[in-house]
Amino acid sequence: MTCGEIMKLILYIAALLTGFLLITESALAQIKVSPEGPITSIQAGIDQASARDTVTVLAGTYHENNIEITRPITLRGIERPVIDGNGEGTIMVIRADSVTVQGFGLKNTGRSYIRDYTAILIDQASDFVVEDNHLYNVFFGIYLAETDRGVVRNNHIESYDRREASSGNGIHLWNVRNPEIIGNRVTGMRDGIYLEFAENARIHSNVSNGNNRYGLHYMFSNGGTYYDNTFRENGAGVAVMYSEDVDMKNNLFEHNWGSSSYGLLLKDMRQSTIEGNRFYKNTVAIYSESSTNIQIKRNHIEQNGWAVNIKSSSARNYFTENNFIQNSFDVRTDSPRNNNVFEGNYWSNYEGYDLDRDGIGDVPYRPVSLFSVIIEKQPESLILMRSMFIRLLDTAERIMPVLTPKTLYDEQPKMHRIP
Amino acid sequence: MNSLLLHIAKNEWKSLLRGKWVVGYALIFLLLTDSLLRFGGGGPEALLSLSNVMLLFIPLVGMIYGILYIYQSREFIELLLTQPIDRKVLFWGLFAGIATPLMLAFVIGSLLPLGWHGILLLDAAASSMVLGLGAVLTLIFVSLGFLFGLAFYDDRIKGFGFTIVVWLFLAILYDGLVLMLVFMFGQYRLERFVIAVSMLNPIDLARIMVMLEFDISALMGYTGAVFNRFFGSNMGIIMASGMLTLWLAIPTWIGLRVFKKKDF
Amino acid sequence: MIEIKNLKKSFGSLEVLKGINLSIPKGQATGIVGPNGAGKTTLIKTILGLVKPDSGSIRVNETTLNGNWQYRRDIGYMPQVARYPENMLVRELLEFIKGLRNQPATFEHELIEQLNLAPELNKQLRTLSGGNRQKVGATLAMMFNPEILFFDEPTAGLDPKSSRMFKERVQTEKEQGKTVIITSHIMSELEQLVDHVIFILDGNVRYYGSTKNLLAESNEERLEGAIASMMEVA
Repeated sequence: MTCGEIMKLILYIAALLTGFLLITESALAQIKVSPEGPITSIQAGIDQASARDTVTVLAGTYHENNIEITRPITLRGIERPVIDGNGEGTIMVIRADSVTVQGFGLKNTGRSYIRDYTAILIDQASDFVVEDNHLYNVFFGIYLAETDRGVVRNNHIESYDRREASSGNGIHLWNVRNPEIIGNRVTGMRDGIYLEFAENARIHSNVSNGNNRYGLHYMFSNGGTYYDNTFRENGAGVAVMYSEDVDMKNNLFEHNWGSSSYGLLLKDMRQSTIEGNRFYKNTVAIYSESSTNIQIKRNHIEQNGWAVNIKSSSARNYFTENNFIQNSFDVRTDSPRNNNVFEGNYWSNYEGYDLDRDGIGDVPYRPVSLFSVIIEKQPESLILMRSMFIRLLDTAERIMPVLTPKTLYDEQPKMHRIP
Repeated sequence: MNSLLLHIAKNEWKSLLRGKWVVGYALIFLLLTDSLLRFGGGGPEALLSLSNVMLLFIPLVGMIYGILYIYQSREFIELLLTQPIDRKVLFWGLFAGIATPLMLAFVIGSLLPLGWHGILLLDAAASSMVLGLGAVLTLIFVSLGFLFGLAFYDDRIKGFGFTIVVWLFLAILYDGLVLMLVFMFGQYRLERFVIAVSMLNPIDLARIMVMLEFDISALMGYTGAVFNRFFGSNMGIIMASGMLTLWLAIPTWIGLRVFKKKDF
Repeated sequence: MIEIKNLKKSFGSLEVLKGINLSIPKGQATGIVGPNGAGKTTLIKTILGLVKPDSGSIRVNETTLNGNWQYRRDIGYMPQVARYPENMLVRELLEFIKGLRNQPATFEHELIEQLNLAPELNKQLRTLSGGNRQKVGATLAMMFNPEILFFDEPTAGLDPKSSRMFKERVQTEKEQGKTVIITSHIMSELEQLVDHVIFILDGNVRYYGSTKNLLAESNEERLEGAIASMMEVA
């Protein structure tokens, strides 16, 4: 190699390196928004960013609304800057794919009976990440409309409007596909997590407490799964309706109290699984209306008012290997006929015996008590619960069923709790 | 007066302890609670079974025990009455002397297994509720037994018969009557009525308090406003405990009046 | 000193005391006699406060009875049937009553010795014979050295030896100026112990006076005959 050739090579490499550095320089453009300036508005910062840029927002309070993101950028808050919507309109709208919004505090959206004002609206976008934001006093929290994929993770949403009509939903999904809702906490909203026409949703490890209506509200949303969530003290519990192929696993439903409150309300559900959940101290643990082919197994249903309230419109549902522990009433139904199967559950109210020692009671257990039929007719007799007289009536009825469904029984009641 | 009262009570305690009867009673509850906890599943379950036993048997045992004491100790009571001592002090001394050991037998007998199975800490509220109710029921029904013993002082058959009838009535038939009335007048709003009627029976009162502890989830499913206010707030507990106190005070007070006026 | 005025008591429709008037001075030994159901026990129980009179008044040592109890400090009573808590020891019973009365048990040891109760002290009361129970009753009645002593059929269950010891003891009490009141069916025994007799029939006092007068009036040599003739008259 000649000296000239070497020089040429060096120049070539230098040129290449310079070009590369220049390119990287522009790709890594850091746009800083800070109350001290020079850029003091988040919208201005976003407007200066090109695709794949990161806009960093430093701590402070920014009074802005209708912030629009129309390019695939990352918007990151440092030490949780607060965006205050001042009670007007929506705070932030994402209208581009692959946007990340992270680390903000958002508060005071507008409230309206006509428009769904939202802290963060994701509108017709895909592959977004909305993460680690704290939402406070908002009408709607995070609103997904016609999105695909995308993650909503570890956000806190809290509001204090206790009226159902004037509060919006915490995480609202409408007409979306493949959303992932993970590790969020929602309190004091209308519905904690609301799904309408959401396909293949994956919802897990969320905590939805103290919402005015449902902790989770599932409508016309097929093929989803939700697991490891906690739904506690919601006005009406959790409702899953008009959907099929929904997997509900290992969730905790507890302390949902009231005359129209349910641990889990099923309506017009088909082909779904409810497994490994824990229902604790709900007025009604599982309520089912017009639902078919649901597998309810290995759930732990303890200290509820009614463990199961199943309407006669429900059929071919299969309850097996559940622990029914110390519920005031095990099963309630509105018809003398029975179209569902109860088999191999553990019932703490079972008083039978197991002479052949195979762990299965030798006489069937009838989970619908006479008393539950009595209070259906005359609700005031509720005050007689657990009285000796009622126990005698119940025992007599169990031996010779007259008023309770003759075919509703568990032929293989377990003698011991299912671990 | 108080030291004298204690002197009388202490003598009864010594006597009862030696009689082993009360010790046996404590052992029954000890075995019962222990086996409920050992074989019957979790704490709340065992507590509920215990309270079922308690609601049924403590009233019977309490009354029989109270009346039997009067019948067995007639001559001794008469001897004490010839001593320079106020009848009031003697009454309280004897009542405290025999009611507290029975009460403690229940409380200690049930408390120990709850303690060593860890339920006492785990379900502290429910445990103390059940133990407290058992204690109060014991006092109420020993007092009633005392009263019946004094009222049927010379006729044991009548006294025991009356006791059994009262127990059957309060423990079982009363609720049957309530249910019948509820169905007869079903077209009216009966919430206030059934609450009032239940307040008149101490066993029902205790049962309602057990219910408030263990069945609140079901109670909240009822739509009536009166029930909701009664069960949903502290009002239910406060009213029921108030009525239980009355149930303890009134028979004891009548017993004292009878005792003070009685010819022995 | 016991004064009774117009004392009436009915149990239901049965009139038991029909207006009793009596005055028993201090230091007098008096026997109360009469057929079964005449009202002897009711009279004693009324004085002790066990039975509340319908009308009339009783004064014991200047205290008018109205449900008060302090006057019983001066009274010792030995019941006809003595039954005590079965598993209590004799010693414990004595201690218990001592605690109750809170008075010096002046004659405790003396009585135990005299009535030969020492071997029984550590026995449970249910294991005691009827006679020994009577002795316990006598001890309880006398150990606090009360001014007034009531004995209801005191020697009924006693063996002759104990009976004699008991009577000797009562004599001593008399000599010390105690007011002693005894009901008994055994007239010979009364003859030895009392100097006045109250004869009650159908709730009324038929005779109250000294034994001597009674014997003189009825021309009988023994009390038994005198009483029997009075009953015949009735």
